[in-house]
Amino acid sequence: MRRGLSGINLAALTLGFAFLYIPILLLIIFSFNESKLVTVWAGFSTKWYVAMVENALLLDAAWMTLKVAVVSSTVALVLGTLAGIALARLGRFPGRTLFSGMVYAPLVMPEVITGLSMLLLFVALSWARGYWTVTVAHITFSMAYVAVVVQSRLLTMDRSLEEAAMDLGAPPVKTFFAVTLPIISPALVAGWLLAFTLSLDDLVIASFTSGPGSTTLPMKIYSQVRLGVTPEINAVSTVLVGIVSIGVIAASLINKRAMVIREREAQAADP
Amino acid sequence: MNERVERERRERTRAWGLLGRGSVIASPYLWLLFFFLVPFAIVLKISVAEVQLAIPPYTPLFAWPEGGSFELFAVGDNYRLLIEDSLYIRAYANSLKIAAISTALALLVGFPIAYAMARAPRAWQATLVMLVILPFWTSFLIRVYAWIGILKNEGMLNGVLRWIGVIDEPLIILNTDIAVYIGIVYSYLPFMVLPLYANLVRMDRSLLEAAADLGCRPAGAFWKITVPLARPGIVAGSFLVFIPAVGEFVIPDLLGGSGTLMIGRILWTEFFSNRDWPVASAVAVILLLVLIVPIVLFQRHQQRQREAEA
Repeated sequence: MRRGLSGINLAALTLGFAFLYIPILLLIIFSFNESKLVTVWAGFSTKWYVAMVENALLLDAAWMTLKVAVVSSTVALVLGTLAGIALARLGRFPGRTLFSGMVYAPLVMPEVITGLSMLLLFVALSWARGYWTVTVAHITFSMAYVAVVVQSRLLTMDRSLEEAAMDLGAPPVKTFFAVTLPIISPALVAGWLLAFTLSLDDLVIASFTSGPGSTTLPMKIYSQVRLGVTPEINAVSTVLVGIVSIGVIAASLINKRAMVIREREAQAADP
Repeated sequence: MNERVERERRERTRAWGLLGRGSVIASPYLWLLFFFLVPFAIVLKISVAEVQLAIPPYTPLFAWPEGGSFELFAVGDNYRLLIEDSLYIRAYANSLKIAAISTALALLVGFPIAYAMARAPRAWQATLVMLVILPFWTSFLIRVYAWIGILKNEGMLNGVLRWIGVIDEPLIILNTDIAVYIGIVYSYLPFMVLPLYANLVRMDRSLLEAAADLGCRPAGAFWKITVPLARPGIVAGSFLVFIPAVGEFVIPDLLGGSGTLMIGRILWTEFFSNRDWPVASAVAVILLLVLIVPIVLFQRHQQRQREAEA
């Protein structure tokens, strides 16, 4: 078998990745455009970044989004991990079918339905719409993603270490914290990051569940986009894309390093 | 004596184990019951209410005044409206059509990418997967926004096409259904590529060699071996694109025209512009009924895959 790629495959990869990345690259390039037009290049400038930093409303929205994302992704990590454990490890329990349905449904549920139904719940409970309602809504839909990531890791992991710990007399809870949790920690990092970016990114559910004074960044971007495309939005987008890319790449590098170290340890232990 | 202590210790551990097990299940369970299932019951309830100028802007479902008798105020008016006003039915049908065409296009675009990824040297593969996932992590809204600048009449695509002399007049793409197809395929492509890749990479290539040895042409082997083996990935990817695309709001709103009828957009308008919560709820209930079939099929498919792998 040849090792390299055939011409057709190489073309498919090149075109495919061009399709995926050119729009984002153009967006970034035009955030540095001197002109107010986002389609005609008129020289390099960072003035849109200055405008962005001076836009207090935009910064308020960004701060609100960050607060929602940190809290909601952390709670979603805990609840989603518990749900993943329940589905992967606890076998049959009453109402399991309903439970797994509820865990998977938010993954494919149209956001307009999730947003509307959450809002109607908050109205029925007479909760004032604001920071907490957005956060609760984000926890609910992002915990499903965490649960799926954790569940699939638990199902594919090698259980011999857990069995060894139990054989040596460690109680299940201790085994979980000392053995299982470290093994699935990359999945937990991935799950948290996923929940964090989903929250950072969400427009529809936040629009339904937020109130006055709790406008999130995507809501702000959306209302500006409807008025017209400006380089300032490109600048905000570039910063967001940058932060998320750095986070994701860093997480995957840490992951890779952890794997290399584990492999080395395994080799050292097994002459 | 010693035995009794040992037994008591074991029973205590067991009791703690049961308690732990119970709370591991109960906390996410109760959360989802309260914040995911109960809201749907409320949507159902409000979909049979009438709109009124009050806070909240809908009539109560029932009244049970002291000394009076229980009265139920459910009305089917909202559902009647959805059937009688052809706007809604057209919007449902159009959403399904746009989602179906986008899914087919995503498969067409995604298959060659996934296939090439699976054929790439081992050392590249982790990076390639990472490159497919990375755009998915970056904001959906921003990625849709990026296309506005490209597809506009005086946008970059028209600029490039005019510059190489393919066209004289700008192509009108933004604010048409075509822009919506592009937007959906672009946004959901990772959902199609990843399941396809996961299936194609595990494929035993000796099957293709055997087919070639037996005189099968590459194209024939592709249809007879590669495609059937990739079927679980094709099914999963298609569901993952189709289901959310039906209820999509952001893409038709930013890239579509005023004539691009999609039901997610109708729901949004009913809720935010017309402030008609009961009709918005009825639209949501019917949308859920429309989607329940693909959602259940998808869950069954995933279940079978998991069982086959275990």
